[in-house]
Amino acid sequence: MAYGFILDDHTSFSAWRPLARQCFMAGCAPEDIEWRCASAETTLFDTPLIAPTEKPDAPSPVLRSKCLALLRSILRHADQTRFALAYRILWRAQMEPALASIATDPDIARAIHMHRQVREDTHKMTAYVRFREHGSPQAGRRSFYAWFEPDHYILPGVAPFFSKRFVDMDWVILTPKGSLAWNGDTCAFSPTPCAKPKLSDDVDQLWQTYYVSTFNPARIKTKAMLSEMPRKYWKNLPETQLIPQMLANASARVAAMAAQQPRPAPAFHHKLQQRRASAATATASQTPEAPEQDTSCTPQKPF
Amino acid sequence: MNIMKQSLSDRLALLSDAAKYDASCSSSGAGKRDSAATKGLGSVSNGICHAFTPDGRCISLLKILLTNFCIYDCAYCINRSSSNVPRARFTADEVIWLTLEFYRRNYIEGLFLSSGIIRSSDDTMSQMVRVARELRQTHKFRGYIHLKTIPNASPALLAEAGLYADRLSINVEMPTERGLADYAPQKHASEIRQSMGKMRTHIEAAKDRTLTGRKAPRFAPGGQSTQMIVGADQATDQDILSSSSSLYTGYRLRRVYYSAFSPIPDASAILPIKAPPLLREHRLYQADWLFRFYGFQFSEITAARPDGMLDLELDPKLAWALANRAMFPIDLNRAPKEMLLRVPGLGVRSVQAILAARRHRQLRLEDLALLKISLRKVKPFLYATGWSPGRLAERQNLRQLFVPQPQQLALF
Repeated sequence: MAYGFILDDHTSFSAWRPLARQCFMAGCAPEDIEWRCASAETTLFDTPLIAPTEKPDAPSPVLRSKCLALLRSILRHADQTRFALAYRILWRAQMEPALASIATDPDIARAIHMHRQVREDTHKMTAYVRFREHGSPQAGRRSFYAWFEPDHYILPGVAPFFSKRFVDMDWVILTPKGSLAWNGDTCAFSPTPCAKPKLSDDVDQLWQTYYVSTFNPARIKTKAMLSEMPRKYWKNLPETQLIPQMLANASARVAAMAAQQPRPAPAFHHKLQQRRASAATATASQTPEAPEQDTSCTPQKPF
Repeated sequence: MNIMKQSLSDRLALLSDAAKYDASCSSSGAGKRDSAATKGLGSVSNGICHAFTPDGRCISLLKILLTNFCIYDCAYCINRSSSNVPRARFTADEVIWLTLEFYRRNYIEGLFLSSGIIRSSDDTMSQMVRVARELRQTHKFRGYIHLKTIPNASPALLAEAGLYADRLSINVEMPTERGLADYAPQKHASEIRQSMGKMRTHIEAAKDRTLTGRKAPRFAPGGQSTQMIVGADQATDQDILSSSSSLYTGYRLRRVYYSAFSPIPDASAILPIKAPPLLREHRLYQADWLFRFYGFQFSEITAARPDGMLDLELDPKLAWALANRAMFPIDLNRAPKEMLLRVPGLGVRSVQAILAARRHRQLRLEDLALLKISLRKVKPFLYATGWSPGRLAERQNLRQLFVPQPQQLALF
């Protein structure tokens, strides 16, 4: 028998907090408590866990807001030792109230590293979720689906970003770690793992066109690209499948630009120059105007 | 000139290709807002890069031109009137549709709209303002909008642009006035400067409140930015940085972008054939960062360089430290923040962590490894508990420790 808890992977800070309080008020040191993840593999040495009982007159733990924010963040991390680390920091911070400010402390350095990973994962999710339109609008609202594979348990934390940004459309984000669904009023989180759906959207093609055209073949910096957009995200992005082809064509495009001889300017350039010359003699300082043009038309008659 | 009717996709390809030489991409600095109350679409916070292309640049905004017809003939520009590139134009509605549909799919943070100059400056500017106005008013779009302003546009149009846009920008293009006169005969440095000055006044006026506390109308809360082309003319890094210095201090720009001149299709004959090394652009950005976040003056950064060019082998901070070795080593546990920021290898975030930690503990050199700081780089410049650089700080060839090792060329 040992003291401890078996915790679900989705256990958030607010669910963990009463348990940690209970342990602390029972006077359990970090090494006396086992925080076991429900998803962890069982081992031969696993013993049944019992919850410690609080002492009636024990003082309750106190944390500074900086430390609280750090613990809140690391409990979204997928690392199975996160609960133990969080409890150890909670325990130590009672004697060292400024602990969370000491980034050179090994526990805090590790917690900050985990916090950065969670923040990175959250940020990448806001960047790399791609919504695909599904079906026709129902009651004036369009609906969209997206698939994303986060590394950590970040869905509840990232939900406000999406529900405050994509307000006038219904959307669902499916992930292996649960799903988020927005209907215009509420954003519902479900921890049930989802399977990857088949999604397609015609606008993806325009996006690919944009992606290819905005790439400058004369400057190749794949290392910079990969550091910001690691390959693990590629499989769910509509544009990344074009990268090999873009890179393969780049050197030929640059060579073609270098080999191109200067060509005579198009006719309208000469017309412009004439007008500018005559305008310059008439009024010395005004900006020259181009010839009359019908603004309503597509570029059939440029000048 | 092509007369065929082009599809939306063709025009998107042409007009984004024509816009890509503008390096500006940031979608931050405009404060925070979202659509929770307006029930529309879009929010703005810290700026998100939604994709990266193999050229290492991010895609944050849909960066397109309204049209690539242009009556100007600027030598460095792909859209100059003497170029033979195919021409196209979007209608305002098409730009609005593209922006909204791209935004809904989370491809982008918003719109960066620029344009070639057609008919007149005012005409072009009013088309661009129309796009921004309809996005904001008709479609309740609260994402990011960056408008490129046209130098001679009327003050009324500029004020309206500032009402809807988060950031406005005018490109100074060339670091020196001579460069601009040589390469862009129709643009005038004085006009560009005047416009930037007016914009600065506008932006600052919008931050003031009246005596009764009423806010001024919104005007480009994200401030203004500009871009300089590097390597097309003979300007040295010193010229470029001193130009940046006056832009940052005189016009309160938020960002100056440096764009290494890049070969373009159908290039003008007066342009250099060879592009400058991309590393030069990188070093300029590093110098820019030193000015904006590390308390350096631009003049200090280039002071030790006789030819006015930044060291390509070493980053500017390290080069500065090696040229000012009398100021080092400094004590990790006592040195003021301003000096810690000048130690090569310590970034702004590391310095903050060091300052917070050293209030409670004596720091040792090994502790810095936990902050993911390269000990090799900081060692010669710091004293710490249990560490003195000793002879390392006095080495005559300290530079040799840092320059990249020469590599033998591949035989095949």
